[in-house]
Amino acid sequence: MAQFLDISSWLLLSLGGVFVFIGGLGALRMPDLYTRMHAASITDAMGPVLIITGIILQAGLSLASIKLTAILLFLLVTGPTASNALASAALLAGKRTEQARPFEQGRTE
Amino acid sequence: MFYAVTIALIITMALALMRAVIGPSLYDRVLAVNMLGTKTVLLLAVIAFLFGRPDFLDLALAYALINFIGVLAVLEFFRSRAARNSECSGEDT
Amino acid sequence: MTVIFGVFLLTLLVITAIAIVQARNLFVSVMLSGIFSLLLAANFFLLDAADVALTEAAIGAGISTVLLLGALVLTADSERAPSTNRLVALIVVVTTMLVLIYATFEKPRFGDPFAPVHQHVAPWYLDKTREAIDIPNVVTAVLGSFRGYDTLGEVFVVFTAGIGVLFLLGARSGEYAQQGPIDSAQPGGLRHYLIPRVVGRLLMPFILLFGFYVQFHGDYGPGGGFQAGAIVAAAVILYALLEGEDRALRVMPRGLLTGLIAGGALIYGAVGLAGIFLGGNFLDYSVLSSDPVKGQHLGILLIEAGVGITVTGVLLSIFHAFAARDKF
Repeated sequence: MAQFLDISSWLLLSLGGVFVFIGGLGALRMPDLYTRMHAASITDAMGPVLIITGIILQAGLSLASIKLTAILLFLLVTGPTASNALASAALLAGKRTEQARPFEQGRTE
Repeated sequence: MFYAVTIALIITMALALMRAVIGPSLYDRVLAVNMLGTKTVLLLAVIAFLFGRPDFLDLALAYALINFIGVLAVLEFFRSRAARNSECSGEDT
Repeated sequence: MTVIFGVFLLTLLVITAIAIVQARNLFVSVMLSGIFSLLLAANFFLLDAADVALTEAAIGAGISTVLLLGALVLTADSERAPSTNRLVALIVVVTTMLVLIYATFEKPRFGDPFAPVHQHVAPWYLDKTREAIDIPNVVTAVLGSFRGYDTLGEVFVVFTAGIGVLFLLGARSGEYAQQGPIDSAQPGGLRHYLIPRVVGRLLMPFILLFGFYVQFHGDYGPGGGFQAGAIVAAAVILYALLEGEDRALRVMPRGLLTGLIAGGALIYGAVGLAGIFLGGNFLDYSVLSSDPVKGQHLGILLIEAGVGITVTGVLLSIFHAFAARDKF
């Protein structure tokens, strides 16, 4: 049982690390502000889920697990909110994106 | 087992820092600060377990909420500044 | 392994510092200084200094960024052109740096068990805390009881900073007040800010609860008055950012904030004087109750509450002083 917990926790932590790294790489290499926000905010929601679940499996049933669950809930609630607020602020300030073209009637591609 | 995650987190912090330094507009930098904040929370949580001090998780929780309030404060001040000088938008280096 | 992580974080710190100095736009500098504070907090955490890391995270990364942004809204956006004669400054800085580096050659290595501080000072505090005060967090014991005078001085420094800022920026309530949330000036702006407002209102009680938890849990884990004051102030600042500064002033009016600033320092001083009236010395908590250890607990509880109250009052007053001056 402890072996199974260790292996699954190792798997979750590594996967979480991979997600977090992809997010960082995306934020650095994406061409435009909105694409960078997309990369950063999605991986900011997935990475903590995997990493903190991996740590909870290691911590077992204790006060630390409750605190970790609180941290996870907090990150899941505030992360997307901050991204939403940032995107709204950028949109209202007039930052346009060159990656998207406006929708026109009859355009099929 | 925790070392690999810590290395991944620190490398991501370095990448986000590069975005904060390079980023041409202010919103890129705010994005980088937000990312650094969440990565720091994760780093604190992982290191707390790495060093066997799980009672240090209070720091991670405090930092998560401070990061959120900080990002909202930055955006609010951009908005009030843009509302104040309506002829220039939030565009700058 | 700690050393490698520490060195990596310190390298990031140096890069951030260079970027702060190079940036011409002051908003960029403020945000990079927020990053600097959080990297520093992570570094303190690696060095196992949890209380300091919590204080640095709460005050440096959160409140300082908000206050600096508030100041920037009132001043210019970019740096002025640098003055011409910087050679003297450069020589002074380089000389000081070389002297400091030379001084570190004589210091004991990090974590050396034979360092002088680990021979006499640390074991004395660890033993005395267990027998006289009996709380798990030795940092709070040292800060609250053994070095209570220093903390009294710190509370009065925070108090002085608060009234200094109020003198400089003015605490007038009606004249400079905003007309309401800036939202009302932009009719379309409100719908874009619905999600942060809802989430902010949802989270506020939990943030306040966490602030009180940090305040009272300071005896057992990292925490204490300074950190708790910053977190409670951050919760009210969140309310002010989302709902408008005048509603935040209705919730906690300026009179109440001034009362908090003075009241916290008063509580601290009163505990000290109570020690004298009950037969002991100034700030001697052992005489506050029939059992000296319980007296110490009571004393530390009261002074930490005083510290938290003053810090909350000062941070909120400074925030309102900046935010209210949107027109000169």
